[in-house]
Amino acid sequence: MLSILLFFPAIAAIGVLLAGERAKLVAFSAAMIEFVLALVLAGGFDPAAGMQFVENSWWVRSLGISYYIGLDGLGLLLVLLTVFLVPLIILASFKHSYEKPGLFYALVLLMQTALIGVFISYDGFLFYVFWELALIPIYLICLMWGGKNRAAITLKFFIYTLAGSLLMLVALIYLWTKTPYPHSFEISRLYETTLSLDEQSWIFWAFFIAFAIKIPVFPFHTWQPDTYTNAPVAGSMLLSGIMLKMGVYGTLRWLLPVVPSAVQEWAPWAIGLCVAGILYASLIAMTQSDFRRLIAYSSIAHVGLIAAGVFSLTSSGLQGGIIQMLSHGVSVVGLFFIADILFRRLNSDEMESMGGIRNMAPVFSTFFLIILLASIALPLTSGFVGEFLILNGLFQYKPLIAGLAGISVILGAVYMLNAFKKINLGTENKEIKSFDKLSRTEWLVLTPLVIMIFWIGIYPSYFLSLAEPAVAEILDRVSRNSLTLNN
Amino acid sequence: MMLMVWLIPLLPLLGFLFIGLLQKKLEGTSAGWIGSLTVLASFVLSLLLFFLHSGSSDEYTLFEWINLGVLSIPFSLMIDQLSLIMMLIVTGVGFLIHVYSIGYMKGDDGFARFFSYLNLFIFFMLILVMGSNFLLMFVGWEGVGLCSYLLIGFWFKTPEYNAAANKAFIMNRIGDLGFLLGILLIISTFGSLDYNSVFSSAASMPDNQPQIIAITLLLLIGAAGKSAQIPLYTWLPDAMAGPTPVSALIHAATMVTAGIYMVVRSNVLYSIAPDTLFIVAVLGTATAVFAATIALAQNDIKKVLAYSTVSQLGFMFAALGAGAYTTAIFHVTTHAFFKALLFLAAGSVIHAMGGEQDIRKMGGLKKNLPVTFTVFAIGTLAIAGIPPLAGFFSKDEILAHVWVEYKYLFVALALASVFTAVYMFRLFFLTFYGDFRGSQRQKEHLHESPGIMTTPLVILAILSAFGGFLGMPEIFSDKHIIGSFLQPVLAYPSQLILSKPSHAFEWSLISVFAILLLIIILYTYRKFVSNKNIPLEDGSVKGLSRVLMNKYYVDELYDYLVVKPAFFIGRTFHSLVEKSIIDRTVNSIKPILISTSGMLRRIQTGGIGFYIFIMVFSIIAILAYNLLIS
Repeated sequence: MLSILLFFPAIAAIGVLLAGERAKLVAFSAAMIEFVLALVLAGGFDPAAGMQFVENSWWVRSLGISYYIGLDGLGLLLVLLTVFLVPLIILASFKHSYEKPGLFYALVLLMQTALIGVFISYDGFLFYVFWELALIPIYLICLMWGGKNRAAITLKFFIYTLAGSLLMLVALIYLWTKTPYPHSFEISRLYETTLSLDEQSWIFWAFFIAFAIKIPVFPFHTWQPDTYTNAPVAGSMLLSGIMLKMGVYGTLRWLLPVVPSAVQEWAPWAIGLCVAGILYASLIAMTQSDFRRLIAYSSIAHVGLIAAGVFSLTSSGLQGGIIQMLSHGVSVVGLFFIADILFRRLNSDEMESMGGIRNMAPVFSTFFLIILLASIALPLTSGFVGEFLILNGLFQYKPLIAGLAGISVILGAVYMLNAFKKINLGTENKEIKSFDKLSRTEWLVLTPLVIMIFWIGIYPSYFLSLAEPAVAEILDRVSRNSLTLNN
Repeated sequence: MMLMVWLIPLLPLLGFLFIGLLQKKLEGTSAGWIGSLTVLASFVLSLLLFFLHSGSSDEYTLFEWINLGVLSIPFSLMIDQLSLIMMLIVTGVGFLIHVYSIGYMKGDDGFARFFSYLNLFIFFMLILVMGSNFLLMFVGWEGVGLCSYLLIGFWFKTPEYNAAANKAFIMNRIGDLGFLLGILLIISTFGSLDYNSVFSSAASMPDNQPQIIAITLLLLIGAAGKSAQIPLYTWLPDAMAGPTPVSALIHAATMVTAGIYMVVRSNVLYSIAPDTLFIVAVLGTATAVFAATIALAQNDIKKVLAYSTVSQLGFMFAALGAGAYTTAIFHVTTHAFFKALLFLAAGSVIHAMGGEQDIRKMGGLKKNLPVTFTVFAIGTLAIAGIPPLAGFFSKDEILAHVWVEYKYLFVALALASVFTAVYMFRLFFLTFYGDFRGSQRQKEHLHESPGIMTTPLVILAILSAFGGFLGMPEIFSDKHIIGSFLQPVLAYPSQLILSKPSHAFEWSLISVFAILLLIIILYTYRKFVSNKNIPLEDGSVKGLSRVLMNKYYVDELYDYLVVKPAFFIGRTFHSLVEKSIIDRTVNSIKPILISTSGMLRRIQTGGIGFYIFIMVFSIIAILAYNLLIS
């Protein structure tokens, strides 16, 4: 069952390749079927029962590599985020007439398989394969359909992620050699490794850098603003909405429980980088005049907060981080879509060339405002629940850190409201002759996002109940395993 | 009961959704009537609840909001004496202002939008005062901030209004961060955010515990933001950019008093933190004096009232600092009446003047606007503290309490009280007496406002005249209505004296002030009416008046100390750290990578090939490595 969910998009991608001009419709239908499949799976999921829908068989037996997949609450939430966003991302691309649409939409679906694979793999090697597999489609999407500097920018993106992947690979192999004989990549076997603190520390940093690049955490982030601004809208959405969650997910699943002692040793450094990045990116976001670049920097600040919450090693911080992954996925995809709506109509991302759009398109402005409020974490929107829990976790860790991270609450309001003002308010910019009303596909993209914003914001119980047991298990492993080492 | 209690905030929310979603379809003034009716219904329900209330504090839980196992935060409302008073003020004054707005906003393009925002505001304000835990208060707190933002920038075509809206939201967010950190400290200290459990654990704590001092100070930062106290007050005068009913409802009568509500709600915590109370008193007194002096030199009718609001809020904080929580709520109540009245009457004046707000261009409006003139006069007398109008009793009570606790602060506060009378009568005489100084066109346009606007004015005038009887000092009556009503929800600080001032002192306070007020009225009348001493044009103001007119240059100071440096740092990060340091480091890796893998570079023809090669290469490498070691 889980395998069907995993490979259905990849198989559908072949159909999309062959569908020619109707590729986008086929792709959208496939993504919707995948969405329904995931809902069926979620319906049969018991939050209290730990890992479910497990499939485990040998892949390369001699090397201890297995095809080992399963779902726990954390995995399910990220799978749900993926299957929820991918149809919207496909829909958001409808208005663009891309060359080779078959290839484009096939790559998006292939990406979906890779992303789901990352979130459900319980074998280190399998995880690594999906992790790398996810890079291929996004790399091609950015390279073939990106903006004007795409070659240079994509190369930078590529170098960064390659470097990270290599570090992770080395770490995984090292862990493999340390598993009791016969060696295995299975996650539970990795937990059993007995490593000295030094060994753990090396592995910690190898993993951390790999994940930090993906998230991205300061100072491993400079690929991100360029890539986000130059990618086609589907690329920016995939990267910011889902792909960066691979990094946070990796931290939760493959870093914290595997090298718990090093985590406790180095978490303060990680939090330091995260919090520095939050302030750094927020301050830069304030000075941006390009709307997409502003979203990119604001995203660095937001995910920095998520990562800080995770490294607080508190239940509140981890749960908040998980909720905030969902919320950030929804709001950042919404913001990039807003930017795309503006770009398609005005052919610019430059906020100085906008203004007064609210006079012409009040409904668009309302959608924009709601998404923006979620992004700046107004209570009753999705952003608040996660941010509150993360800050609570950080406060338990160290009040001063919560205070510093909290400054982003103020700075976020500064740059987002300024952007809203420059784009929407004031008198119409004379350059703007007309601003088309939202089309039906645009409504179809925005409405589910807004529903999610309020659902998570007002009634997050379902999401919290999924996250809670997974968080408890991770933290339990962190404290238990690090204790055995100290003894 | 549950349904009835929850309907109180939900009705305005439904009104917001209904008007907001159907604003294109609603014709004429129907949106205004729908909006007013939902608030009226909430008022009636609140009134009903007020009479049904048994005296206990009851909670009504809808569902769990955030549940972490150890910490559970429900959507839950609490009905007790304090929330009842606030609900009545919010819905009662709110309803009058809704009705007034039907006349004031008539013909505006955004008529329906205006009422949807007003209803949303009432919803959040009710959540703020009815919530049964600190996080729900925070929900309302940020929610009213959003509505304030939307309404200040209501006329969003004007850039300055949008700037004012942003400033209000951002300054409030600074306070909100303090509030939020206070909430987090409450969680870590008490393990709960529920009022009842927090306060019952706090009740047995000794005075001046460091965590309690920290909690109360952090909450105070939030209160200073929302209630416009030093140093976070500068947004409020700018907030006057919003339509005048908004200034009356949000920026005078209700939202800005949220800070006072917060402190009174947390009185158990503040009472065991006397050190914080002292800071509250100093802050309040300083704000009262500071804002009152600025008000002396303003020429915009709404700006005078805005600084007056800041100053009056300072009075309320001074009362809180003296541990006189009921007095603060009493002043919140009377201030809601007379300040809403003054703003709405000012709106009536502005309406008649065709949008003019400069009092130097008014004068002699007495005969053209008889109703407005009368109610404005009542409002002026009330705020100046002329017996027996509402402001007299509440302000007198504040002064008496501050005298008992902090003698030296009393002097400053009394001075602020004198300034209040001066700037109010200056405003009053310049607006309504003397000759008309506006243009000919304005003169012909002068008219009294329609009944839909003047009726709420008259009701508020009656409340301003008689509202003071809710809390009379001992020398006149042995029953302090608000005081005895609120008694069950209050805990008093043990360190403060809290003895009532002697009757002799009360009498002398009243008589000295009565004489002073008489002198002030005569002096301002002579200066502004008999001698026609009209304030100078902005350019020719000199000396101290110039400093006052420019509000002590505090905005400029903040700009230089905070705003400009923040942007400078942001730009430096972007140009220096981002581009020159990090990117250069990364880029320097690129040639190394490329030169050491010359073979790969040749293969990198279209990108795809290169990548797949890397993939295959890596996999082979792993397999080979594994084979070697196993």
